[in-house]
Amino acid sequence: MKICITSEGATLDSKIDPRFGRCRYFIILDEDTMAFQAIDNSNIQASGGAGIQSGQLMASHQVKAVLTGNVGPNAFQTLQSAGIEIFTGVTGTVRGALEKFKEGAFKKTQAPTVDSKQGMA
Amino acid sequence: MIISVASGKGGTGKTTIAVNLALSLKNVQFIDCDVEEPNAHLFLKPRIFERIPAYIPIPEVAEDKCDCCGTCQDVCAFNSIAVLPGGIQKDGTVLIFSHLCHGCGACAYLCPRDAIHEIKKTIGIVEKGFSDGIQFVHGKLNIGEAMSPPLIRQVKQHIDPMKSVIIDAPPGTSCPVIESVKGTDYCILVTEPTPFGLNDLILAVEMLKTVGVPFGIILNRYDIGDDCVDLYARENGIPVLMKIPFDRGIASLYSKGLPIIGYKSEYDSEFKKLPGKINTLIKKAKFDT
Repeated sequence: MKICITSEGATLDSKIDPRFGRCRYFIILDEDTMAFQAIDNSNIQASGGAGIQSGQLMASHQVKAVLTGNVGPNAFQTLQSAGIEIFTGVTGTVRGALEKFKEGAFKKTQAPTVDSKQGMA
Repeated sequence: MIISVASGKGGTGKTTIAVNLALSLKNVQFIDCDVEEPNAHLFLKPRIFERIPAYIPIPEVAEDKCDCCGTCQDVCAFNSIAVLPGGIQKDGTVLIFSHLCHGCGACAYLCPRDAIHEIKKTIGIVEKGFSDGIQFVHGKLNIGEAMSPPLIRQVKQHIDPMKSVIIDAPPGTSCPVIESVKGTDYCILVTEPTPFGLNDLILAVEMLKTVGVPFGIILNRYDIGDDCVDLYARENGIPVLMKIPFDRGIASLYSKGLPIIGYKSEYDSEFKKLPGKINTLIKKAKFDT
């Protein structure tokens, strides 16, 4: 299964970026093979709708679960409509988060955790 | 002649200048473009005789025609459409975030399968009225609505080019201000001689240079703060059209919703001279280009 972890850097040892829509990198990885790619997030620059575009990007990469700090209302709606599971409140490194995720340590998020525009600046 | 009154910083006296300038002119139309919080009507007290609902067109997708090709998402400059492959439906899902939509119509125009048509979404109201011979127009954006430029455009459609038109712009330097000052013959920037006033004035000057509207400064409460704005104006060759002191009487009138005109004759004559000065500067600006 493909999952995405929002990250401040392009490696598995990078810190989790707490923002979803405007995170620095999306680390998209295959849970089984550990093969991953880091996508530079161009939506950081958007004046609005970053969460929507980032959510769409997840859908186009066939991601099934997103691990991040927070999601806003637009991102939440987009991810949910795409049938992507959302796990928030994730901290530490990408590798650490992945291990905890495999142990089933995170609970699925049922609602947006922050308001619009919280990921700006 | 269409004169806009703007400022980088808020609360510098835009509406005061705009209202009193309008009262000093004949055959005048007053347009309040600060649709998020219009307040010129508090001073001009117009009798409203026409209320026109304002809409923007937003997209609606006919799912039977849509093949989720993603064109609409790609052409939307405001990220208000997400096309999700697969997802909860078979072919995919198109999500429209109408609160981000500017109503530009690109998605409907460019959809290769003609699957998008536009529906009307109410965003506010345009009100027209009269106040002692001044024709008055303003817009009121609905509460919770994030996008004011489409309403400002609809307010400005009522401009009567046969009249002297005064446009009261919202504060700042972003889209609503640009929409308000665009196409005007001259812009008065109202500021105060404080570091904040200067900082935001410089931003407004840069914005007006980009939009290509000639401008001058009115310095309000000129006897507080320092000479930073004066120096900036001199160094950059920007005309200072008028200076108004920090006068308790003006504040008192403002608090009662009354204009300055009629309060002191020196202010009356300053406001009376303003249109002539601006006319000369407009001619000069046209000559220079």
